[in-house]
Amino acid sequence: MALDTTPKGWRSWVRYALLIVMAIIILFPIYTTIVASLKPGNRVLRNPLVPDSFTLDVLGDAWTQGRLGKYLWNSAVVAIIVTMFQLLTSIMSAYAFSFLRFPLKRFFFAIFMATLLVPFEVTLLINRRTVDSLGWLNTYQGLAVPFLATAFGTFLLRQVFMQIPKDLNEAASMDGLGHWGFMREVAVPLVRPTLGALGLFSFLASWNQYLWPTMITTEDDMNTIQSGLRLLRSSDLDKPNLIMAGTIIAAIPILVVLVVFQRQLVRGLTAGAVKG
Amino acid sequence: MSGATKRRWRDVPLAAAMLGPSLVVLIAFVLYPLGRAVWLGQQRCNVQATKCRSVGWGQYTDVLRSNEFQSAVWVTLKFALITVPVGLALGIGLAVLADKHMRHIGFFRTVFSSTVATSVAVASLMWLFLLQPSVGVLANIGWLNDIFPVIKEPGLLNDKGTALSSVAISSIWANLGFTFIVITAGLQSIPRELQESAFVDGAGGWRRFTNVTLPLLGPTLLFTTVVLTSRAFQAYGEIDLLTNGGPVPQQSTTTVTYLIYGSSSIIKNNEGLKAAVAVLLFVILLGLSALQFRGLGKRVHYGS
Repeated sequence: MALDTTPKGWRSWVRYALLIVMAIIILFPIYTTIVASLKPGNRVLRNPLVPDSFTLDVLGDAWTQGRLGKYLWNSAVVAIIVTMFQLLTSIMSAYAFSFLRFPLKRFFFAIFMATLLVPFEVTLLINRRTVDSLGWLNTYQGLAVPFLATAFGTFLLRQVFMQIPKDLNEAASMDGLGHWGFMREVAVPLVRPTLGALGLFSFLASWNQYLWPTMITTEDDMNTIQSGLRLLRSSDLDKPNLIMAGTIIAAIPILVVLVVFQRQLVRGLTAGAVKG
Repeated sequence: MSGATKRRWRDVPLAAAMLGPSLVVLIAFVLYPLGRAVWLGQQRCNVQATKCRSVGWGQYTDVLRSNEFQSAVWVTLKFALITVPVGLALGIGLAVLADKHMRHIGFFRTVFSSTVATSVAVASLMWLFLLQPSVGVLANIGWLNDIFPVIKEPGLLNDKGTALSSVAISSIWANLGFTFIVITAGLQSIPRELQESAFVDGAGGWRRFTNVTLPLLGPTLLFTTVVLTSRAFQAYGEIDLLTNGGPVPQQSTTTVTYLIYGSSSIIKNNEGLKAAVAVLLFVILLGLSALQFRGLGKRVHYGS
């Protein structure tokens, strides 16, 4: 109890001091990146901590020389395709596992769950050969198709579909509403929060993919923003401010997405923590 | 009987239509590659990987016994043993620190969450710019170099003693936003009454933390540990961008994943060996998740 008798003001000052110190440490890499991206090339190594000169030219150069517009576009196309298809395929398969009767249901569900145990590291090696033999290197199909379905999403949506009373489904079918209708009109609207969380999760996971795009992209134009940053790093290491400007540009879209969808963020990040 | 059978089979066409798309993708891009990788692991291929022939399952034991594989496993373990406990402790510390109703607390929460917006490439390039010996930020701060000459010569990422820890710091930083958000959400789901009744019972701040907060945070911490561990074992982008698996010749930052996919990996032209290492990584990860759920799961307190 001794601690609790200390003056309130004193303890809150200690807490503020700790908060400020931690905030400075966490913001430090972001701060130095922004400072560097706003300095002209000849000034970047002098006083790296002080924003003593200002230009937007470097950001412009990074945008054009690094072809970041094209790469951001590619990332957006792939992430949107992947997200939409993952939602669609997850809704359908979760619906089948929750509301339909068919033989070997447990077996098929076990197959889905088994895929959750297989890490990307094992499959990508072979998937590169598959994508190559389909002629899909350097294409949107190649970037997206291997990720169009997810057992994780199926599992997550099945958890919430199972909470919908079976009576509701039977009543709907007596009213002449078939399974597709029930799915569209009742089941999907009821689980909208989970869909939002899953959608954000899928989008972030796809947008942040690094290994796969570097594996199947050999043409400059088909890079995503992540593999594009890798190119920028290997080509221009003597121009650190250019790389830093590229890094800032690459970070902005996802920052916007997170601010817009911040309500879904916590659920999206903790989606895997649902109890079985 | 016939009615029941009819009901059992009635939904089959619909089920096929609904499960079909997922099944095709999961079989073609998850299950088939797994089987194919297991098979490829006992083959030897030419450099273009166009022709492969079986050399026997002994290739797996050869890989297991090889110095390269063992060193990569050791590096991966060290990487996980740095990033997971430190990342978890920092996440808990920040979440507890910011879990109070104070003025401007929203600002600090936003700052602590901010790194969730950085992809591995963005985070790694920011740290590359900090740590580079020639053009880096730290190398151009005079007094810092006087205390730690390693920053300039040979550079934190080029010294075999500091390379892995430097990559680990960048990785911890990049994951901190995620850890903070998840643990904060866990803290906020703990009923305030429990804290208050512990307070009434005379438990001090630290005892309330260890006896009430930590146990109730169990499921959240288990989830965070599992995610951080699997991220550590699968870390690739930060190594590719910061060190390329080096410094050579010790390959101090060549993790198992980098050994498979890295552009300067010693087996980069040997598809068979790569597949064997990938399958062994899969087995390690399987064992690890079984261990985490058995060992930690028992001690986790599931509230409500």
